[in-house]
Amino acid sequence: MSEILVENKTVVIPGEILAKGMDYLPGENTYREGEQIFSKSVGLTSISGRVIKVTSLSGPYKPKDGDKIICKVFDITLSGWRLKTNTAYNAMLNVKDATRRFVRKDEDLTKIIDVNDYIVAKVIRVTSQKLIDLSMNDPDLFKINGGRIIKINSQKVPRVIGKQGSMVSMIKKFTNCDITVGQNGLIFVRKRDNGNECLAEKAIKLVEKEAHIGGLTERVETFLKSETNQ
Amino acid sequence: MINNTKTIIQLASEGKRLDNRGLLDYRQPIKIETSISKSAEGSAKVTIGDTVVLAGVKMSLEKPYSDSPNEGGIMVNAELIPLSSSEYEPGPPGIKAVELARVTDRGIRESHAIDFKKLCIEKGEKAWFVIIDIVPLNDAGNLFDAAGLAALAALKETRLRPIDEKTGAVDYKGTTDTPLPLLKETLSVTVGKVGNHLMVDPTVEEESSFSARLTVATDKTGTISALQKGGDEPMTIEEVGQIVDIALDKAKFLRSIMDECFKNKK
Repeated sequence: MSEILVENKTVVIPGEILAKGMDYLPGENTYREGEQIFSKSVGLTSISGRVIKVTSLSGPYKPKDGDKIICKVFDITLSGWRLKTNTAYNAMLNVKDATRRFVRKDEDLTKIIDVNDYIVAKVIRVTSQKLIDLSMNDPDLFKINGGRIIKINSQKVPRVIGKQGSMVSMIKKFTNCDITVGQNGLIFVRKRDNGNECLAEKAIKLVEKEAHIGGLTERVETFLKSETNQ
Repeated sequence: MINNTKTIIQLASEGKRLDNRGLLDYRQPIKIETSISKSAEGSAKVTIGDTVVLAGVKMSLEKPYSDSPNEGGIMVNAELIPLSSSEYEPGPPGIKAVELARVTDRGIRESHAIDFKKLCIEKGEKAWFVIIDIVPLNDAGNLFDAAGLAALAALKETRLRPIDEKTGAVDYKGTTDTPLPLLKETLSVTVGKVGNHLMVDPTVEEESSFSARLTVATDKTGTISALQKGGDEPMTIEEVGQIVDIALDKAKFLRSIMDECFKNKK
């Protein structure tokens, strides 16, 4: 006989049994062993129909094709740049993926992107060995100049963005800042005229801290309103 | 890996910081809690903003060094545990931990803050040695100042253990009212240089953008007992002068918080 051993939206830890029997299916962050389904990470359970999945509360970012991430250059090779991605793995940005103009063979690559520079890039390939290839060939990908970079838990990134980007656009509106959220937990904030980067940072940290509690959008809105006297 | 150097320099030229502080403002709250460990002879927990540092003092009876047979001694050890920052890894102390321990040690040792002669019990045979352990619980920057504050608070709090007259061993379960013979209260203030600007109490991001820093240890009278320069770039004589002035002023501020804490305790 099959049964579910946990309730919806409860916190579970790795190795905790979520369900017994073959009637249920293991979803994201879970696995089946024998007839039981176990959790793979610390997170909140979410049961929909016969599928049980766990939404991670912590843990590192896992690179995926198509993700927009923010990374830092730490090395320059003959054919491109090596970057730190805020994961256990480094990424590679090839010259042909970095710029559309022609780059001569003997050109000084530091003139394009230097060591310690941050860029917003897209993951175009992740091999099974976790070799990551990046690209900047998109209008919304760029080299970061000025502003500030904030680091948050990468599992909270979806909450910072909100449904259809509602949270991040609200923070943008109240603080008058440009915000680029990297899926790897790095967020780039730069103020426009009369913008308030500090307030944007505070709001993002508030979202990170209270991401698991309901009514988040209203709370962040109240916070932003009270800080900006609106 | 976060580093906002350009923005930090630009903000500094306007007299601002990433978190809206002034260049010479400490983070708030600054808290000093003492007697937090039962097994230590003296202990303190210091909070500066998000930085939390523990210091514990243990006293042990040792044979004095042969070049100072009538004096006790001091040993400072710092451990940067992985709990405090994702930058630290388990294992033997790295260069940062060694520097933290040595800067704290030098401030106390070179100011002769402890009267080591009074720690001698039997010349050439037995003397009290003060062992200070520093453990950051959260490294959000400025460990030097926090460690200095915590070490001093723990030393002020320290009470010697009784010595068993028959065996001559320390009775670590007993307590006495004898405090450490503290002659001076040395505090260190670290001032960093970013671009051409000087700032105190850096966060981790600011620390990583510093081109140079200077830690100045001073006592109540304003006498400098130790200096430690870090970072790659040099400093001009004028800058060192400015830094010492800032450090003296900020040491006064930190000392007032320390005094307040011990006054409330009494």
